[in-house]
Amino acid sequence: MAGERSAGVEPREGAGADAAALSVRDLGVSFSGRAILKDVSFEVAPGEFCALIGSNGSGKTTLLKSILGLVRPQAGTVSVIHDGGGARIGYVPQKISIDPYLPLRARDVVALGLDGARLGWPTRSGARDSRVREALEAVGAGEFADRRVGLLSGGQQQRILLAHALVRHPRLLLLDEPLANLDVRSTAEIVALLRRLSVQYRTAILLSAHDMNPLLPVIDRVVYLASCCAISGKADEVIRTEVLSRLYGYHVDVVRVHGRVVVIAAHEPEEIRAALARDPVHTTEVP
Amino acid sequence: MHALGLIFAPGLLANGPVRTALIVGAGAAIVSAVVGVFTVMRGQSFAGHALADVSSAGGSAAFLLGVSPLLGFLGLAALAAGGMEWADIRDARERDLVTGVVLGVGLGLTALLLYFDTLWGSTSGAAITVLFGSMFTIPASIVPLALAVAAVALVAIGTIYRPLLLSSLSADLAQAQGVRVRRTALVHALALALAVSLAAMTVGAILSTALLIGPAAASLRLADRPGRALVWAVLFGWAATWGGIVLAYDSFYWTPGRGWPVSFFIVLLILIAYLLASLAGRGGRLALRGARER
Repeated sequence: MAGERSAGVEPREGAGADAAALSVRDLGVSFSGRAILKDVSFEVAPGEFCALIGSNGSGKTTLLKSILGLVRPQAGTVSVIHDGGGARIGYVPQKISIDPYLPLRARDVVALGLDGARLGWPTRSGARDSRVREALEAVGAGEFADRRVGLLSGGQQQRILLAHALVRHPRLLLLDEPLANLDVRSTAEIVALLRRLSVQYRTAILLSAHDMNPLLPVIDRVVYLASCCAISGKADEVIRTEVLSRLYGYHVDVVRVHGRVVVIAAHEPEEIRAALARDPVHTTEVP
Repeated sequence: MHALGLIFAPGLLANGPVRTALIVGAGAAIVSAVVGVFTVMRGQSFAGHALADVSSAGGSAAFLLGVSPLLGFLGLAALAAGGMEWADIRDARERDLVTGVVLGVGLGLTALLLYFDTLWGSTSGAAITVLFGSMFTIPASIVPLALAVAAVALVAIGTIYRPLLLSSLSADLAQAQGVRVRRTALVHALALALAVSLAAMTVGAILSTALLIGPAAASLRLADRPGRALVWAVLFGWAATWGGIVLAYDSFYWTPGRGWPVSFFIVLLILIAYLLASLAGRGGRLALRGARER
């Protein structure tokens, strides 16, 4: 139980220019005895756009939630840069379904990002309004700011949730699968928007995705999760047959087709083969 | 003058029981509307109804013991609300099942206590009063307690207004921002218990759902921002309650000596408000879409 002492999130004075915005060290998380993350270590510098890549169930959400302090890790440390006002982390959760009758305009959702945790009745102020307007404009959501958030399209809702996360000027922005369920155009727009924000405000971005292709042209760094472990580095250092094979613990091929990258497991996983042997596939004739 | 005389039958405002009904009814309607908006937003309408059914056991126990029914309603509703949040069932299906079972137990207990009432009690009509309300028999002595309960519920909701909105949007978002989601939910549940007990005093435990859900649901058809939703809901609930009281009082004159129950008129007016709001909401949205296409 020695590891438990250091487990947790610790805000860190980070005035130096070279201080990482986020630093994860030897992180270990397990749920009811099953390891989800093991010895995960990486850093993200201010202004860096980092993709967190892994298949479904590889622990991406758990990793993001341990950075937020919503999941308590059993081992390791997470430290987040902070300045005076404490660690400011913006968070865009995985696709949430919003009831069309929820009486919140897009603008109200963004305002809740500013002071939603405060008790008492909100008071209107010019400063509050201009912060909200600035965040809405930063994500290009000015036109639909006065519409009910539940009636907006998926891409528009994603922008509003992004503005909700940005309105407090976070030093670190965590996004959980923001590109899932978006069409090609919205995906490209959101990715370009994030790149611009990371440069303009020096916001460190950690974005999880199961498909790395839309991100490859813009990201500075990749954290690749597989078999509970992680490898991080520049995309062309990490996305390689020998590196990923070592990470997965079995041979995978990194294939490039027309500029797109695909990771293919060369072998048939043992479980599938065993299942097929137990219960062979029967073919029925179609009349 | 003659037309006004038709609506406000002679002696309406000079009548003591009517005045008490107007005051307690307004308090119940306002609190139910405000809490109801959040209850509907959080998808907890069924839980609200279950609280009311459980509270009816408290109301009937109070009749048996000869204490104020409001205390009975309050005690059991608060207990059930606390238990519900303590159990903290996340899975929606399982929560529905457990709510349904608890609701059944509450009404079963009510049946037993009301039976005891008819055996040993001297109060006739306890069953109707507990389950469907009888506003003109509310004792004037209850007014201070009723207003205090209303004030506590409104202050509680006003205090957690923003965290409650945020966690109704997404519990994950709220938690990431440092909102104590479970504590917020508990405060909402206790305010719900207060609202339900007040409504049970006026329109009865079973019909309290109408006062809780109806005005809130109608307001959400119209308003697209939270403050306005609260204002609309309060207006609908309040108007329906006072309108129902006036109509019930008048009905003494339409049906010689036999007035119809207030609860019936209140529920009728809420239904009308809901239908009108749905029409207006849909009409408004269609007009908006038309304007945009042009």
